[in-house]
Amino acid sequence: MTLLEVNNIHTYYGNIHALKGVSLTVEKGEIVTLIGANGAGKTTTLRTICGLTKPRSGYVKLKGEDLAEYPAHSIVYKGISMVPEGRGVFARLTVMENLDMGAYSRKDNKFDADFERVFTLFPRLKERRNQVSGTLSGGEQQMLAMARALMAHPSILLLDEPSMGLAPVLVDLIFDTITAINKEGTTILLVEQNALMALSVANRGYVLQTGQIVLSDDAKSLKSNEMVQKAYLGME
Amino acid sequence: MQQEKSYLRQALEQGLVGGAIIVLIALLGIVEAFKERSIVGTVLSMGQTFIIGTQFLISYRTARKAGSDQKMAITGGAVTGAVSGLVLAFLVLLSMLFDLRPVFLNASPALFSILAFGQSQIVGMVLLVVFGAGIGALAGVIDTLAVRIRSTILQIVAIVVLTGLLAELIKLVLGQWPSIGRAMNWMFAGKGLSIIGAVVVALVVLVYNVYQAYAPVDPKKKPFFDAENWRGSKGYVRIAISVAVLLILPQILGVYMSEVLDQVGLYILMGLGLNIVVGYAGLLDLGYVAFFAIGAYVVGVMTSPEIAPKFFGMTFTWWEAVIPAVLVATSFGVILGIPVLRMRGDYLAIVTLGFGEIIRIVALSDLLKPVIGGSQGIQGIAKPAIGGFVFQDQQSLYYIILAGVFLAAFVAIRLRDSRLGRSWMAMREDEDVAEAMGIHLVTTKLLAFATGAAFSGLSGAIFAAKIGSIYPHSFNLMVSINVLALIIVGGLGSIPGVVVGSFALVGLPELLREFADYRLLVYGALLVWMMLNRREGLWPEEAHQRELYIDKDTPADAEA
Ligand SMILES: Nc1ncnc2c1ncn2[C@@H]1O[C@H](COP(=O)(O)OP(=O)(O)OP(=O)(O)O)[C@@H](O)[C@H]1O
Ligand SMILES: [Mg+2]
Repeated sequence: MTLLEVNNIHTYYGNIHALKGVSLTVEKGEIVTLIGANGAGKTTTLRTICGLTKPRSGYVKLKGEDLAEYPAHSIVYKGISMVPEGRGVFARLTVMENLDMGAYSRKDNKFDADFERVFTLFPRLKERRNQVSGTLSGGEQQMLAMARALMAHPSILLLDEPSMGLAPVLVDLIFDTITAINKEGTTILLVEQNALMALSVANRGYVLQTGQIVLSDDAKSLKSNEMVQKAYLGME
Repeated sequence: MQQEKSYLRQALEQGLVGGAIIVLIALLGIVEAFKERSIVGTVLSMGQTFIIGTQFLISYRTARKAGSDQKMAITGGAVTGAVSGLVLAFLVLLSMLFDLRPVFLNASPALFSILAFGQSQIVGMVLLVVFGAGIGALAGVIDTLAVRIRSTILQIVAIVVLTGLLAELIKLVLGQWPSIGRAMNWMFAGKGLSIIGAVVVALVVLVYNVYQAYAPVDPKKKPFFDAENWRGSKGYVRIAISVAVLLILPQILGVYMSEVLDQVGLYILMGLGLNIVVGYAGLLDLGYVAFFAIGAYVVGVMTSPEIAPKFFGMTFTWWEAVIPAVLVATSFGVILGIPVLRMRGDYLAIVTLGFGEIIRIVALSDLLKPVIGGSQGIQGIAKPAIGGFVFQDQQSLYYIILAGVFLAAFVAIRLRDSRLGRSWMAMREDEDVAEAMGIHLVTTKLLAFATGAAFSGLSGAIFAAKIGSIYPHSFNLMVSINVLALIIVGGLGSIPGVVVGSFALVGLPELLREFADYRLLVYGALLVWMMLNRREGLWPEEAHQRELYIDKDTPADAEA
């Protein structure tokens, strides 16, 4: 079943034409990755899906429903949760308060099981739960941003460069967790510059270049694609 | 050896800094202006206190840095003191060589006579250095004493100086009961303490400290304001006593001090509101006085016998006017909020600044003159009354303000801990992310503006009743700036901080009227000091405190 469908979206920042007809689909249960160089439009694609920037044309559909009518703050109620680029933790709130905010869109108040769940995924956060999140390390902030997004019970999780600025050990940990979250049933759209890692956890992938999808295939084939190897995997 | 050298160098630098501060104080005219104002009889004048106090504090600081080496501490203190004296001596020397007055208005012969201890200038210069070294060495000696003795001595000095400083006010309060006032006369001399008075105050502090030293220590004792202390049956007793004290306070303190309390209270009310807008929601609003004005004007228009009958055919009571006042202010909060929804930070500040001015200028305009009186303002505003009792004077209006403050604090606390409060804070941290979490930015922002405006409107409504007539010029930019400064000084986002900030920035200047000329100087110095040393405010919000003093080694689990 197609969970998320992005069809031919054009997004502008003033006069800057950032997305020039991006289309992609994510099936339920998949990990799909979107790779591309700096400034290709990866973040813009995710922001457009979340409604934070509106496309001038084209549409985004979740479970067949067009999201154009929904303002940004109501998208999360539909089941889309984002881990923003650079984490975006609420710096002056504690870890617990951040997690609470993640569950803002929930109508029930039974968060205990969810706290359990995210603390199992990220034991480090449990130790630091009363710490002000601005003082967490970069890796811990990434964990918090992911945990916070999970608190909303999303059907699809959008991750914007979760490995940015992390040491290799932590990158491994984050990618392991992404796989684990996916195994628990959350569909994932993963934006990455670290194409090698992204393609090794993803089922399928898209390559974005200056606002356009130039390539899409399953992850294995992309990994062996000559152009991908040259441009994104640093192989000659 | 190397260490010793660098330490002495530090001592020397500190001395130069101290000297420079005193020169500044002297050239600003503070020393001379307060040369007659006594702190303790004829022994210590306030002018001297400034000089000696600065020398002492700065030398003490140097001595502290010496660590456990006693000899070094005393030497360091002496060096710092002597150097600061040397700087002053240099100023005296300069005054002999040049006429400084064309540049420094206050560099008068009287000033140099004070600096030279009334002696000839040459002798005075020597004395300055010797005296400075003496003060510095004394500071060093005090530093080397055992903790308990040291803190007792420092407390005695601080409290004697403080009582001397506030002696007039103490006399004023005691004077309410003429017999007590007369009975305590021996304590005072001039505007300060008498020598006997100073000795008695010192003895009281000493006895208290001795008692503390021998009293059994309770290891479980928590700081006074710790939440633990205010729960359970003991907590209720404490709360009851505190409430009782608050209720009789104006009767004990008298008219003048009640007036000060009233002003502080009105600013607390405004501070609690602006704290929601700036502290919680992170929206920098510089036009906050607008809502204060609106609250005051609504009460004015509805209750003044000159104006109300023209529009309503009758005058309303204050109680009937206060609710519309708050509602109108709230609506203006929303109305002025709409155009700035998309603005952040400095842009928002500039635009709201404009709003504040617009409201004031509109109030002054001819257009609205028939309604709100233009520059002549509105007179004859009603006072609140219950039954036959009219809240006429400062002492009774205190209760109205107290009730308003309690109401506002209660609402602010409830809001802070609510879902809305959390969405304000999330929005303050990152608007985009907050929106992605499901927060409706428009309503969240408008609710912040509206709540802030409501508190300010209430404050304005009480203010109008208190002064009885209002004029546009009462609602100037300084009010907005004062409120903003007090929430920053208290600690942005902290409710107790608003109270502390109001007392510090509104209450203290009223109590220290004598320094009115130097008010802005002290204000500025205080703000600079705060930003360097206590950026989180005098009484910061808990989480903020944690952020600044986080102890990474303590497991967070300990509390669970
Ligand atoms: N707020 C903005 N205003 C103007 N132009 C913008 C804005 N945000 C992004 N852009 C432009 O849109 C293009 C796409 O940016 P985007 O942030 O989506 O790239 P990205 O693929 O996420 O890059 P990176 O890997 O560096 O994060 C870039 O050319 C960028 O300069
Ligand atoms: Mg990006």
